[in-house]
Amino acid sequence: MPAFLFVTVFLIYPVIDTLRISFFNRNSTEFIGLDNYEYVFTNSTAQSALLNNVLWLVLFTVLAVGLGLLFAVLSGRVRYEAMAKAAVFIPMAISFVAAAVIWRFMYAYAPEGFTQIGLINAAGTGVGLEPIAWLVEHPLPYTDVTLPGPLHTNNFALVAVGVWMWTGFAMVILSAGLKGISTDILEAARVDGAGEWQIFRRIILPVLSPTIAVVATTLVIQALKKFDMVWVMTAGNFETDVVATLMFKQMFNFSDFGRAAALAVVLLAAILPIMLISIRRFRAQEET
Amino acid sequence: MMARKLEPLLSPADGFLPRLRKILSRWPLHVILIVTALLWMTPSIGLLISSFRPATDIASSGWWTAFQTPFEFTLDNYSDVLSQNRMGQSFLNSLIITIPGTVVPIMVAAFAAYAFAWMRFPGRNALFIFVVALLVVPVQMTLIPVLRLLTDLNMAGTFPAIWLAHTGYGLPFAIFLLRNFFGALPKELMESARLDGASNMRIFFRLVLPLSVPAIASLAIFQFLWVWNDLLVAMIYLQNPELAPMTLTINNLVSSFGTEWQLLTAAAFISMALPLVVFFALQRYFVEGILAGSVKG
Amino acid sequence: MKTIKGKLFIGLVLIAVVGLLVTACPTALPANLSVSNLSVTPVEVEAGQAVTITVTASNTGEEEGTFNIPLEIDGDTEETKSVTIAADDSTQVSFTVIRPEGGTYTVDIFNLSGSFEVTGEIGVVNVLGVWGGTELENFQAMIAPWETETGNAMGFSGTRDLIAILTTRVAAGNPPDVAILPNPGQMITLAADGELVDLSSFLDMTAINAQYAQGWIDLGTTNPLTGIFMKAASKGTVWYNPKFFDAMGYVVPTTWDEMITLSDQMVADGVAPWSVAVESGAASGWPATDWIGEIFLHESGGDVYDQWVNHEIPWTDPAVKSAFEKFGQIVLTPGYVPGGAIGALATNFVNGSWLPYTDPPGAAMYYLGSFTEGFIAAQFPGLVPGEDYAFFPFPTIDPQFAGAVTGAADVVVAFNDNPATRSFIEYLASAEAQQIWAEIGGFISVNSNVSLDAYTELAALSAEQLTGATIFRFDADDQMPPAVQSAFWAGILEYLQTPGDLDGILADIEAIAAAQG
Repeated sequence: MPAFLFVTVFLIYPVIDTLRISFFNRNSTEFIGLDNYEYVFTNSTAQSALLNNVLWLVLFTVLAVGLGLLFAVLSGRVRYEAMAKAAVFIPMAISFVAAAVIWRFMYAYAPEGFTQIGLINAAGTGVGLEPIAWLVEHPLPYTDVTLPGPLHTNNFALVAVGVWMWTGFAMVILSAGLKGISTDILEAARVDGAGEWQIFRRIILPVLSPTIAVVATTLVIQALKKFDMVWVMTAGNFETDVVATLMFKQMFNFSDFGRAAALAVVLLAAILPIMLISIRRFRAQEET
Repeated sequence: MMARKLEPLLSPADGFLPRLRKILSRWPLHVILIVTALLWMTPSIGLLISSFRPATDIASSGWWTAFQTPFEFTLDNYSDVLSQNRMGQSFLNSLIITIPGTVVPIMVAAFAAYAFAWMRFPGRNALFIFVVALLVVPVQMTLIPVLRLLTDLNMAGTFPAIWLAHTGYGLPFAIFLLRNFFGALPKELMESARLDGASNMRIFFRLVLPLSVPAIASLAIFQFLWVWNDLLVAMIYLQNPELAPMTLTINNLVSSFGTEWQLLTAAAFISMALPLVVFFALQRYFVEGILAGSVKG
Repeated sequence: MKTIKGKLFIGLVLIAVVGLLVTACPTALPANLSVSNLSVTPVEVEAGQAVTITVTASNTGEEEGTFNIPLEIDGDTEETKSVTIAADDSTQVSFTVIRPEGGTYTVDIFNLSGSFEVTGEIGVVNVLGVWGGTELENFQAMIAPWETETGNAMGFSGTRDLIAILTTRVAAGNPPDVAILPNPGQMITLAADGELVDLSSFLDMTAINAQYAQGWIDLGTTNPLTGIFMKAASKGTVWYNPKFFDAMGYVVPTTWDEMITLSDQMVADGVAPWSVAVESGAASGWPATDWIGEIFLHESGGDVYDQWVNHEIPWTDPAVKSAFEKFGQIVLTPGYVPGGAIGALATNFVNGSWLPYTDPPGAAMYYLGSFTEGFIAAQFPGLVPGEDYAFFPFPTIDPQFAGAVTGAADVVVAFNDNPATRSFIEYLASAEAQQIWAEIGGFISVNSNVSLDAYTELAALSAEQLTGATIFRFDADDQMPPAVQSAFWAGILEYLQTPGDLDGILADIEAIAAAQG
């Protein structure tokens, strides 16, 4: 099986190496047991990165899957389907370097009284609101309320970019799944006088659920290893670090391969329960 | 496709007034779709408009002001990007990297996914969990050990190295997605084929593949996009600027202080052209969904 | 062999035609070519080096004739030379050949043959650096004469994530031939790991010592010499709008206290005195650490500065804290900076440099290195350097350190020792090479043989600032180990957000610095 050969070389071998390194000191010369894991769970920066990942996991996955599903189902009913789908798909086709440029046009901040070149702040100041440094600030927009933990404005701003990019992914895969639903069933249901909502609940959703699960799992994994966008837009500053950016910093800025490896192992461990659920579903699928 | 779309228009039973009534009765659907689509397009439109503006304007006023007089539009950004001496070569390089980098992993994954879905062998589920868990391994973690290996094999800095790399990185998701679609195929179909004495190979090529075209098409789009837009993997494994894909060449447009980034606006659209062609070429597998026709309008 | 025969045939036909023409004159024998004495020197060369191939061409006829002499290498025509030889005379015809790849090559000129051997690999020097856009074009212009002269080539890979790419490639045993690092801190780390080539083993050290100030050689010396500096910048430059200053009656301050008084006056006049902008993507914070370094040198002097850089005093030392607080005085005093600390954190350092030159000025002054000229020139192509925009030297804080300045430069290091790389570094270090970029602009050389005339007006002023400084120190954070530098960048961002936590922030940096040993 060539698949296993590839996977072994490019992924399994690095994983085993990573696991080993995570028990060693910064340059892998000395065994230090669980010290690196202690760092992951007790250091305040690492904790904040873990919490940010939880926010990504929930918000990013729910929004991207939800909007993707909405779009896949609804746009099938209109004449301009191809255009509508292309609109949602385009962000996926843009490299993240360009995406960072785009969002610079959206989030750009200038102090009050200066020309706003960011669309959101221009709209905000246009209706008399104060400009907001979206990628820096923590309080809820236009208020003095600062929510705890990962619920900061700049985190939300980053998640929004993620959702913008990945909804197209969810939409395309779900649309491919929709192709598997037989026309006859839908026609029959319509002839029987079923409403569109009922058709969605009773017919589309059950058939689509395995695909939804696949998309959701993929997005959860994306959320867990989110790196590019955070790195390009804030580099994890202002408490927007996620596990992957912190890992990158530990590896390349701080040359602490032990801690970086420990963070990677934590990510890997986080995914296992999700995979177990997914396998159980596959088994159930086979038995029916 | 066109004919089917036009049909309701030509249908004599579909007079103007009933159609108008139908459209009006469905206005929430249109509002939701159009508003969302516009919202999604806004950043990209901003980028598109900016790509036609002079650099000094981009930096000093919002892109939505571009239509106020005096108009100042320019093709400079595009001509600057296209006149880079290696742009043509790097477009070819991108193709050389992307085509095998898309086809090979999908082929390999299709076999593997079939095995996971329809063949019984010990440790199947454990192996599958493991393969998919690898999805979460950040690419950055794998760079050093893999580059060391490729260097030892004297392959670093060659196209085969990057084909292998993209195959390795693309496989877990491809296997995961395809195994799911394959598994959802009607079981009776498989069993009857087996009863007819069809071999696994025959079932795979004659039954599974044709039935899974939409899934493979959507997978192909994403694998294509990821490889096409990849910067990091090419940077590490390719090294030789002669072999550099477009992403690297475009990256070199920006100075170390980040100035001249306005060229990225034009570069983004130039490099996006091909992926969009691929999207529109494959769209019939996920656009014009099953709901088309009867309820359109 | 077939082609040779073909060529011979064509040659013979040519000769026959010439002969026919010549026979029109019945008195003389036709011109006739004969070649002899094929010499190939040297017969063994390194890849990229020139081989000279010479033959003696004789005209054995009694009339002047013009002959085409083709040189074939491995059976393919490399070059054809046309010579005119007087009757019964001979001449030397020579060809220069450069082969980038190793191997044995056969040489044929008509019936004579020889061979030469090329040793070594392809003469391509792979260079990793941070440059892109115009600066990369300028760098390539600087390298072009070397490529033509030696037949070698440079393959440049640019990335603004240099640390990550380089760390990966070095750790995997696959480094580039040469890297151009933006900071010596990285060089020190690499040299300590034994990754770098001793440049003094092949550079002409007499020339280096004559052309580079001892300070720059010392900075590049990790025992042995591992780095050559180029593309320097002065970091003692405060940019302002001279016309606006004149119009408002402001006087350029020479001391820190004058500068604060001036700032207060500007606030009273309704003008924001300062633009501060520290956003720089993954490297956010560095413009602020430049402020801190410059303040530190002016306040505590070179010796304490060195102790700080070398981590001989802790980060919690009062000297460090005071430099942070002086910077805080600029950013955090209400009215000094548009948007205050948030404005400073959210504004890109390039965009920040434009504020003094908008109409009306968004702020009066902007501190950042001499390269800022390029940002202003690009955004305001109509402004005249020296008249519409200019800089004044960073003001004195403690009079005993008056005239101090910090600066920075990129450092060239080599990972592989091969002939092409040696020749590349030799060339880069030369005044001849650096003069090229200096004349294009955006480049300050630390090679003292590059004349000041090569620069534009403002660049010449910054170059003088570097050479004429009473105390010169290299940018502090660039000399620190990469881990400490990152912590410093992150720490200054945190300080601007939560100035009250300064002690805690400094203690955090200290912990990281201490861990570096």
